[in-house]
Amino acid sequence: MPPDNKTSEKSLREKVNTVPGTILVATVLCVTCSLVVAGAAVGLKSTIEANKTLDRQKNVVMAAGLLKKDELTAKRVNELFAEGGTIRKELIDLETGKPVDLDEVKIDLNTYDPREAAKNPKFSVKIPADADDAGIKRREKYAYVYKVVGKSGELNQIVIPIYGKGLWSTLYGFIALEKNINTVDGITYYDHGETPGLGAEIQNPDWQAKWVDKSVYDDGQVELSVIKGAVDSTSDQAAYQVDGLSGATITSNGVTNMIHYWLGPNAFGPYLDTLRSNLNSSNSDSQKAAVLRVPASGGTNG
Amino acid sequence: MADKSPRDALFDPIFNNNPIALQVLGICSALAVTNKLSTSVAMALSVTVVLGFSNAAVSLIRAYIPSSIRIIVQMTIIASLVIVVDTFLKAYAFDIAKEISLFVGLIITNCIVMGRAEAFAMKNEPWISALDGIGNALGYSLILVVVGFFRELLGSGTLWGFTVLEPVAEGGWYVPNGLMLLPPSAFFIIGTFIWVLRTFKPDQVEEAH
Repeated sequence: MPPDNKTSEKSLREKVNTVPGTILVATVLCVTCSLVVAGAAVGLKSTIEANKTLDRQKNVVMAAGLLKKDELTAKRVNELFAEGGTIRKELIDLETGKPVDLDEVKIDLNTYDPREAAKNPKFSVKIPADADDAGIKRREKYAYVYKVVGKSGELNQIVIPIYGKGLWSTLYGFIALEKNINTVDGITYYDHGETPGLGAEIQNPDWQAKWVDKSVYDDGQVELSVIKGAVDSTSDQAAYQVDGLSGATITSNGVTNMIHYWLGPNAFGPYLDTLRSNLNSSNSDSQKAAVLRVPASGGTNG
Repeated sequence: MADKSPRDALFDPIFNNNPIALQVLGICSALAVTNKLSTSVAMALSVTVVLGFSNAAVSLIRAYIPSSIRIIVQMTIIASLVIVVDTFLKAYAFDIAKEISLFVGLIITNCIVMGRAEAFAMKNEPWISALDGIGNALGYSLILVVVGFFRELLGSGTLWGFTVLEPVAEGGWYVPNGLMLLPPSAFFIIGTFIWVLRTFKPDQVEEAH
């Protein structure tokens, strides 16, 4: 470095090492850094939101078992969710169990996010401590369900969002039920912060596969549970039990609790009851054969 | 120090002065994200970007950094870069970001990044500082990829998600080693790596006290 440079650097050093110099440098640095960070966040926000939406949609499709893992591309998923596609999203008032009148509550379906709503006092309700199985304290008033419909619009499956506390974090997932509103078609988790290799095994496809064909309700009560250890297949309770995750008892209990909460009378229960009675009345008219798909252990328990 | 050639700045930290193997810095993240090759590579790339840019940025403004707040200035630069990298991962590699997002945030506290800013970038020109940063990040990446390779291969029988050793559960012959999926196994692999490296480069062996 040439000497004149060195002296100028030295005088610069003396200048910045004063109190006003330090404050000035800190201010300029903070402003510059926040601009960079804010720029990236704003510039990429729409891409990130799109990714999150697609990820949720993929999980709905996976829970319902509509596509195999290698078919799960953005294009195929979008087709399913498109207008007139197989999957129809509906906003439900959990209190009444009826679809929400969008004009009345002034909700824009494109921007409504149940996860945000659960934090907003206007769109959420406090859960009494004794009913708070899922450990979430508040829940949104209106939640989405995803109906999987057949060619003529008849209901084939229903995908319900579930969430609740695990060990470290809140687990977010979906459970898909067959049209008898009792038999499980699949479960997925798309967001959690559990221990990798232990609680995070809720994302393991092998474990999720154990849920298929289990039954949720026995005599109108949610009976489906994750038990400790392996399920004894000869037991008469086997249809309501899923193998626990070893080393992850608290996460496993969290899964049981959120199933009990969200499929129970304080959350989607009323909606599922309506759905079931509608189906039963239409079944008794014309489609008796379809009811035979219900496994003997489950029953409809309308 | 000031007369380091670009070549040395870039390649020295890979084997001769590896930040993990010789200085044993930054091993926290080397344990956390290496149970799969894909996350190891994503983490390695993230650290390379952060370290290259943070060294260049710190070096660029080193004359203006008041000595009383120099650590916090370095920290601010590094933290900003990490957030930007994390945002990019979320936008363009969402599935990987979901798994390693937590640990990308922890790059801020990665001793290698701060260490190079303080030890090298504060005293050298931007260009050579950037090379030094990238070089150190490559040294770090090498270990991450090696550890990730062995942990995924032995722990799950796969590489980059493709089955290599058919596990028993899927009708094959290989019994996956569950320990390899847990963080402590990274210690064994890093330890073995250091052992092998020091066998070939005996000058890295510390003298007994």
